[in-house]
Amino acid sequence: MAKTLMKGNEALSEAAIRAGLKAFYGYPITPQNEVPAYMAEHLPLRGGVYLQAESEVSAINMVYGAAGAGVRVMTSSSSPGISLKQEGISYIAAAQLPCVIVNVVRNGPGLGGIQPAQGDYFQAVKGGGHGDYHMIVLAPGNVQEMADLTTLGFDLADKWRNPVMILGDGILGQMMEPVEFAENQEPVNVEKPWATTGAVDREPNIVNSLDIIPEKAEKNMQALLAKYEKIKEEEVRWQEDGTEDADVILVGYGTSARVARSAMELARKEGLKVGLFRPITLWPFPEQRLRELAKPGRKFLAVEMSAGQMIEDVRLAVNGVSPVYLSNRLGGMVPTPEDVLTKTRDIVQGRVN
Amino acid sequence: MADIIIAGFGGQGVLVLGQMITYSGMIEDKAVSWFPSYGPEQRGGTCNCSVVIADEEIGSPLVTVPTAAIVMNAPSFDRFEPKVGKGGLLIYNSSLINKKSERDDIRAIAVPANEIADELGSARVANMVLLGTFIEATNLIKPESVEKALRAVLSERHHNLIPLNMQALERGRAYQ
Repeated sequence: MAKTLMKGNEALSEAAIRAGLKAFYGYPITPQNEVPAYMAEHLPLRGGVYLQAESEVSAINMVYGAAGAGVRVMTSSSSPGISLKQEGISYIAAAQLPCVIVNVVRNGPGLGGIQPAQGDYFQAVKGGGHGDYHMIVLAPGNVQEMADLTTLGFDLADKWRNPVMILGDGILGQMMEPVEFAENQEPVNVEKPWATTGAVDREPNIVNSLDIIPEKAEKNMQALLAKYEKIKEEEVRWQEDGTEDADVILVGYGTSARVARSAMELARKEGLKVGLFRPITLWPFPEQRLRELAKPGRKFLAVEMSAGQMIEDVRLAVNGVSPVYLSNRLGGMVPTPEDVLTKTRDIVQGRVN
Repeated sequence: MADIIIAGFGGQGVLVLGQMITYSGMIEDKAVSWFPSYGPEQRGGTCNCSVVIADEEIGSPLVTVPTAAIVMNAPSFDRFEPKVGKGGLLIYNSSLINKKSERDDIRAIAVPANEIADELGSARVANMVLLGTFIEATNLIKPESVEKALRAVLSERHHNLIPLNMQALERGRAYQ
């Protein structure tokens, strides 16, 4: 198929439908409204159900139900709406159900504003709801990846029976770029013998997150944690550029990684040895690779649209071997390449501690 | 390589003008991105978009120092005229902007876009007049690509409007 110009929100919606999406449940909020709009227009004509729920809480519980019935299902929202979904996400993670949840992040906390931000990092990668659980968190860096990582997200969700979050932001959702979809892409069909599809000629399947006997609950938790360890072994993804001989490695995901890329190009023009490390999976975080890259004399600069959240995972990864600095903007302000360049120069010239 | 800001009132076709440049760039196999301001916008309020055209992967899609700005109303002139980078290009709609750029380090082109559009019979093609001036001044994209982009973006039932749009483009190219 030829390239077409699409908004990130539209591209991920089209990718989801091509991945065999059977149900979308949502509730409107800026800056992700193009997702439900696209679904409302296209999904019913292509064999799926589109439903606007009466609230985010309702939408995520509809996702819980559809995932339990074994169909590919998705919801989408933006920061305050994602907060409302946290209880349901915890239930879905506990019940080990596959689904894709899109968060087109806007600035918070609270009702905040509608401009792009990355302040939901902790919520996405550390749990967000109650209990010990993880989502697989994918961070697209352009409109093509909004589509490609959504496709991947459905496959990973089914493979691991785990909720997957696509963590975008207002820029990635609203911006248009060329995007290409594979010809004749067939959705990967995964057997789901655990699904509640009607107990005809078999024992009933029960999908539940209730675990009231501590001895059994602990065993179930250990099984869940063992699954997370395997996901960490198999699913870590990242991209790096010019890291081999870099004195400073910029670390950023999503829109911040794009700003960092521009800053890296400016820095190289000045003769500075600067590289870029872009995590694509935020959970599991590419900690092992960052640990390998850390060495005395090399410095890291986390670029964020949050108050210093991802930087904690970078610091845990490099474990004191290299210093890690922060360049960030808040409140829906987007860092400029010049901001990041200035900080990079300060680091190279030893003007920051 | 170009970092472009297009700005004006909501309803003037600011976002569509940006999309036409972006789409045309894509047709010519360039790396392109388009990002709209999406605050609490409304018809008659101000709006703008960032367009980046490059040979390689695009970093930040948000333009802060434009190499070219197309401004369609006075508030946008006040806001973006000082931001154009040295050696950059400013194209402004002199039908609605009754001032001149004092800067001597940029190239400024005044285009009476609304008057020309009215002469052609539709106020709505003022944006295409300015696009004509832009493509002639920058050589960034070819007029044929704009025509292809119009065919791709407009639904079939609006293809009868393509000649009018191309006429507006031609009129704009004459202003340099």
